[in-house]
Amino acid sequence: MGKAAFDEMNGFGGEHRAAYRQLQAWLEDTPVELLEQRRLEAEALFRRFGITFAVYGQKDAEERLIPFDLIPRVLTASEWKILEDGLTQRVQAINALIIDLYGKGEILKAGIVPEELIFANEAFRPEMIGVEVPGGVPVPIAGIDIVRVDAEKFYVLEDNARTPSGVSYMLDNREATHLLFPDLMARSKVRPVERYPDELLAVLESLAPRSASSEPTIAVLTPGSYNSAFYEHSFLADKLGVELVEGRDLFVRDDVVYMRTTQGPKRVDVIYRRVDDDFLDPLAFRPDSMLGVPGLFSSYRAGNVTLANAVGTGIADDKAIYSYMPEIVKFYTGEEPMLHNVPTYRCREEEALKYVLDHLPELVVKEVHGSGGYGMLVGPASTKKQIAEFEKKLKSDPDNFIAQPTLALSTCPAFVDGEIAPRHVDLRPFVLTGSKGTRIVPGGLTRVAMKAGSLVVNSSQGGGTKDTWVVED
Amino acid sequence: MMLASTANDLFWMARYVERAESIARTLSAAGRISAIPQVSGEETNEWSSALAAAAQLNAFMETGREPTEKEVFDYLAFDESNPSSIKSCLTQARHNARSVRPALTTETWEAINTAYLDFRKYEKAGHSLRAHQEFLRWVLDVSLRVSGTAFRNMLRDERYWFSRLGFYIERADNTARIMDVKYHVLLPEHSEVGGSLDYYQWSSILRSVSALTAYHWVYRQALKPWLIADLLILREEMPRSLASCYQNITTFLDEMARAYGKQGPAQRAARTTHSRLRNTRTEDVFQKGLHEFLTEFLADNNKLGAVIAEQYNLA
Repeated sequence: MGKAAFDEMNGFGGEHRAAYRQLQAWLEDTPVELLEQRRLEAEALFRRFGITFAVYGQKDAEERLIPFDLIPRVLTASEWKILEDGLTQRVQAINALIIDLYGKGEILKAGIVPEELIFANEAFRPEMIGVEVPGGVPVPIAGIDIVRVDAEKFYVLEDNARTPSGVSYMLDNREATHLLFPDLMARSKVRPVERYPDELLAVLESLAPRSASSEPTIAVLTPGSYNSAFYEHSFLADKLGVELVEGRDLFVRDDVVYMRTTQGPKRVDVIYRRVDDDFLDPLAFRPDSMLGVPGLFSSYRAGNVTLANAVGTGIADDKAIYSYMPEIVKFYTGEEPMLHNVPTYRCREEEALKYVLDHLPELVVKEVHGSGGYGMLVGPASTKKQIAEFEKKLKSDPDNFIAQPTLALSTCPAFVDGEIAPRHVDLRPFVLTGSKGTRIVPGGLTRVAMKAGSLVVNSSQGGGTKDTWVVED
Repeated sequence: MMLASTANDLFWMARYVERAESIARTLSAAGRISAIPQVSGEETNEWSSALAAAAQLNAFMETGREPTEKEVFDYLAFDESNPSSIKSCLTQARHNARSVRPALTTETWEAINTAYLDFRKYEKAGHSLRAHQEFLRWVLDVSLRVSGTAFRNMLRDERYWFSRLGFYIERADNTARIMDVKYHVLLPEHSEVGGSLDYYQWSSILRSVSALTAYHWVYRQALKPWLIADLLILREEMPRSLASCYQNITTFLDEMARAYGKQGPAQRAARTTHSRLRNTRTEDVFQKGLHEFLTEFLADNNKLGAVIAEQYNLA
């Protein structure tokens, strides 16, 4: 992979970073046999709890475990402060962007983001133009993917403003560490993440529509138990103490959403929906959707129900839009962005495309609408044939791609195949925004590429997860 | 207040687990009686009876298979194409449970999920008598764990009531069916008592509902067919009797009516059946004809399930 990666425990080689001192000592004292035993325990635990994950298109593997790596990842409080401030700023800008794009369009008028990038975008929802978002915050829940390349530098790799997933793993991983290594937890000053559900509930309540009662009814909307993230949906409903509903549990009468209960209809005010825009309402979006609720969007437009996140927020996930994020942050906050983007080539621009085509073996090329690590080329890890195929795709539809230099993502110690070895990681903190501002639980989901040298951390591609600690300096 | 679909899932989850247990008990009793040499010589097939008790005789015959021990066991225990096999029941129960996981306690969820995960082990164990017995014992354990965790830990609210309603309606159905399959050996007092074959048939009925010991405690005498009918139909102290099931069903429906502030057709239907069971004597049952009595009961019981679904929007 050329350049050596920054290791969060050992730096660029040999040094012992302060943040890991305690963990390192613990690792040295803990025999691998014990770790292996704990790993098996963890697996049994996850299976028994049903913390499983379905992979699209793999029938025999209907329910799989996401590998849980035992060794926590450590961030210091001062590192966290940098992230917290930068994420808050970025998510506030994303919220302003969404409101502006479907409202006055000032950023377009100012010529900062090209119009055609928005209006020709699949993720843009013309139905949302002029709609006042109930609750006023289109992206109450954001998951921002962060990568690290050295002791100081964090980059934002991706913004997830649509329906970021993975927060259940953040909480379950912490729970697992408590169960498996109580002594280690007891002597490490780890900031708790357990209050996430309470924070989320407060955010959702704060965004209830004006017509809701003082105790708004909240529900989590899931596509159903066959969905790959169903476990998380049911986990969240459980922790929030709200109903977990499917489309068929809801109906709309006179622009008000109700759920069918054993005692008749009950009004629903806020829906934390884990169903994509396309499937929300067969009357407004895909008519063949069986998952949705006919009339939901009309109720939404009427301001009678809050959807978290709002319809049309996926535009902010677009990787071409991403490339403008530094300017977007500046435009809405008037400040310099605290978190940096990975340098990005927009293949829609002629010069950039030429550069990308000339340097494919060293770049990462991504589809602008892609997610989950699909439809992506990692140049240095690809065969000539794969590169040639991508070259063809790029030439025929350059607008659909962006490219970035292959980053040497930081590594963390991981326990794989009976030994401790460095593996590449990223980080997805979950950023909550309610009517009273933005809150971030200290930590997030660390995803780890379980294969040596691999940079692909997506769970759909065999990536694992880690407990993520923010410890006092 | 709860989601109607949640109530439905809880109701069926409990029904399926109870059904799995009933099938396990039926298979266990059939295995027992067919292992008795003096019986196996006579013209009887316990395995067909087991199919009938599980209401699967016709469906099985349509598959063209012979009702031998191996075939019937396989069909009632492991066959996915049989919607009432133990495997289908546990899979369905787990599906219901997973859909409403937040409504369950961790322990109940784990009991069902673990059962689902462990099932494979038993499927592969082969067809030895010992493997069969071990499997059936395990099914009873699963059912016990599911019920036990619910009994010990679940909040006494509509979640609990709906799951208990499913449980008792299924249980009443099973008890009535098992008796109905053998109604020809359950004869009124004063009729001629049959030979050793009948004796084993009677004990088999009691075993299928784990009531052999209870019988002796209640009556302190040798097995008499009319007393078996009395025990399984009318005795409220016998947990699998129809009377006991309906005592529970009315109690849970009444709790629900109190909580919701409203009585309805389900409460009335349950109370009617319950009081009929209370005011009936064994002689009345035999006078009417045991088979007729049970047929009518099964229809009423079935109807109650539909009335509950209707009243509480479960469908």
